[in-house]
Amino acid sequence: MSEKELGKKWDRCLADGAIKLGTGLGLGIVFSVLFFKRHTWPISLGSGAGLGMAYANCQNDLRSHYLLHKSEKVGCRSAFVRTCVSCCERVEKLTNFVNNCVR
Amino acid sequence: MLRACLRGANATARNHCRRSPGTSLQHCRHYTAGESSSGASKVIATGLLTVSGGVGGTILYAKWDHKFRAAVEKNVPYSDRLLGLALGPAPQDVGLPVKNQVELAQPPSMMEKQVKAPKAKSEKKVKDSAGSPAKEPSPVVTQPAQSIEEASAEATHIISAISEVPSVPAPCDTEAAAVKEECKECHDHKDTPAAVHPNAESPSAAEPLKERPVEEVAARLAQQDQEEQDILASVSASLEESLASSAKATLQAIGAQEAALQAITQHTHKLKEAMEAEVPPQEKSAQWKDLEAALADRTCSVNDAGTALLKANEALGALRSVIDDSKGLKIAAVHPLVLAAEENLHNMIVDLDKVVTKVQSAESEAKIVSQYSELVNEAKQQFQREVSSLTPEIQANWKGLTGKLSADDLNALIAHAHRRIDQLNRELAEQRVREQIHIDAALEQQKLEDQKALEKAVNTSLQHVKEDARLEQERKLAELREVMEAEMRTQLRRQAAAHTDHVQDVLKVQEQELRAEADQVLSSKMLEQETRYRQLNQEQLDNFTLDMNTAYARLKGMEEAIDSHVVAEEEARRAHQLWLSVEALNYTLKTADADVPTVPLKSAAEAVRDSCHDNDFAMALASALPEESLHRGVYSEASLRARFNSLRSLARRVALIDESHNSLYQYFLSYLQAALLFEDKQEAPPTQLSREDLDPFKLLSYASYCLEHGDLELAAKLVNQLRGEARRVVEDWLTEARLTLETRQVVSLLSAYANAVGLGTTQAP
Repeated sequence: MSEKELGKKWDRCLADGAIKLGTGLGLGIVFSVLFFKRHTWPISLGSGAGLGMAYANCQNDLRSHYLLHKSEKVGCRSAFVRTCVSCCERVEKLTNFVNNCVR
Repeated sequence: MLRACLRGANATARNHCRRSPGTSLQHCRHYTAGESSSGASKVIATGLLTVSGGVGGTILYAKWDHKFRAAVEKNVPYSDRLLGLALGPAPQDVGLPVKNQVELAQPPSMMEKQVKAPKAKSEKKVKDSAGSPAKEPSPVVTQPAQSIEEASAEATHIISAISEVPSVPAPCDTEAAAVKEECKECHDHKDTPAAVHPNAESPSAAEPLKERPVEEVAARLAQQDQEEQDILASVSASLEESLASSAKATLQAIGAQEAALQAITQHTHKLKEAMEAEVPPQEKSAQWKDLEAALADRTCSVNDAGTALLKANEALGALRSVIDDSKGLKIAAVHPLVLAAEENLHNMIVDLDKVVTKVQSAESEAKIVSQYSELVNEAKQQFQREVSSLTPEIQANWKGLTGKLSADDLNALIAHAHRRIDQLNRELAEQRVREQIHIDAALEQQKLEDQKALEKAVNTSLQHVKEDARLEQERKLAELREVMEAEMRTQLRRQAAAHTDHVQDVLKVQEQELRAEADQVLSSKMLEQETRYRQLNQEQLDNFTLDMNTAYARLKGMEEAIDSHVVAEEEARRAHQLWLSVEALNYTLKTADADVPTVPLKSAAEAVRDSCHDNDFAMALASALPEESLHRGVYSEASLRARFNSLRSLARRVALIDESHNSLYQYFLSYLQAALLFEDKQEAPPTQLSREDLDPFKLLSYASYCLEHGDLELAAKLVNQLRGEARRVVEDWLTEARLTLETRQVVSLLSAYANAVGLGTTQAP
């Protein structure tokens, strides 16, 4: 179901964001506790970095369809187009046949 | 009169007007008013005066000039009433009826004359015939209407029949002139029918004139002929009768006269004999006796003759009267009879006269002879007296005494004789002397008598000659008439002959023509009949052939029908099969539940394919089913609808996302837009999409509307217009929708086809 994709994507985004945010927050806390004498800036840095990464991932994920990857061949898309064209052709043929018979 | 009254009124009014301002002072106040009122009254008075003057003048002039009156009556309404009141009714009304009456009176008078002419003639006939009742006037009266031409023709006919006037069809005027006296006679004779006549005719004149029918005319003519015949018969009978009687009387008279003549002659003869003959005394006495007898006879016969003559004269007189009467009848046929009768009469008269003259001459002769005999007797007697005086003893009959006389007697006798002879000589001498005178006197007397006789004879002969001449003339006239009539008859006969010839010719020609025509008609009819017969024959033959052909064709048709019936049944069975399979296929489409596709259509499609082996169309269709539907089945419309409803919100949310705009921020914006934008849940799509309609929200609302109204195809088409992420989102739905549509299309085609085939193979009752 194509309509479920977006939902799935959002799920991943959110999951990813949560993970990343959590991880960043954790790391930041760890780093702030460990290395940076309990300043908050490594927490915000970590969470921000985590959030940013999650954002970017999400965006990338959502955009992924529109981006032409190097591995993808033009043919795949064209294959899809070709199947569509063949389907249309078939439909056209059928309608012509029906019209002839009716006439 | 009116004007006078009006004038008086005006005058009084004017006086009043004049008086009112002048008389009393009380009215001074009203002077001006009076003046004005008098002025007004003056105007009114003058107006009234003018009007009355005009009306009166019109009335007077109308009284004088009737044309003006008529013009006024015509042009001014109700003026006729006023003029009638003033002057009485218009005088022209009296003039016109008189004129009409005069005009009307003329033809009736002519009619009367015409009708009276035949009536008069008939009445005359009636009068002349032995008083037979007037049958003719009554039919004439009852038939008053008669055309003038017919009347004149009839009149001429009657006239020519009577042959009095030359047969020229003279119109009523000459007729009227001739007929008037007769009319008067008729009027004198018969007053009542004549009185009835004008009364009957004047109202009848108003009736239309109608012709007498031919049969009537013929009947009338026949009647007239009959009457003529009757009259003729009667006249001839009467004439004959009187002729016979007069002839008989005349004959009798003639016989009597002849007898008388005979008697007279005999008597004279006897007398002469007695005078002259010297016969012995016995015979003398016998002679004298005979003589006396003869005398008696003579007187008797003379008397008889006289009476017979009288009778004859009477009879002749009667005959003459009868002849005159019959002459008065004026009928042609009577004329010869009359003529003959007249001739007979004349002859009889002539004979009678002759005989009478003969008798008279005989009588005169007899008188002479008797005178002579008397003289002789006297002389004898004288002589005898002398002789007796001389010789007294001698008897009277001295002639027979020749032997008995003595010589003295003889001498005395001779002396006497001598003396007598001397005396006689002397007398003779005297007589001779006086002879001339006596002769002259006698001659004179004779002359006179002769003259008288001559005159009488001349008169009688003149009369006879006149009569003869007249009779001759009449005879000649009759002959001439007969000749003319004969000639006319011959001419008429010739004409009739010519006419008959002509008619014969014409008839012959006509006969020929008619024969030719009839032949032609016959031949044409025969031809027609023949052609019709042939036609009928041919028709029959054709009909028979046709029937045979039709029967054969029907037989063939029946055979074919039976065969085709079998075939058709086969076809029908197959069609039925197809239809059933298609129905099964159709049913499988309905097996979809919500979110669960239908059962795979593979088996149903197989069944369809099985049931349409020979049908390319059905085969193609059956093979045109998409594989997915065959293997997996299709979703129902309801499920698709439900899915779309869920899809719609998603599509709304990603409306802004496409290839260029697909960052998360865009996503955020898109989500914001979806939250803030409100559009119609369902909106009817327009027939043509414009650029504004390609907005995803609008498209979605159109698609919702279409889906709600069951138009999946249009919804799919609209959804197909989505672009970008929305399109990606609805891609699957679109595919499913396409699949469903395709399958449904194929199935509907198949079912339509199966229905058509089924209908085609159905046997109509």
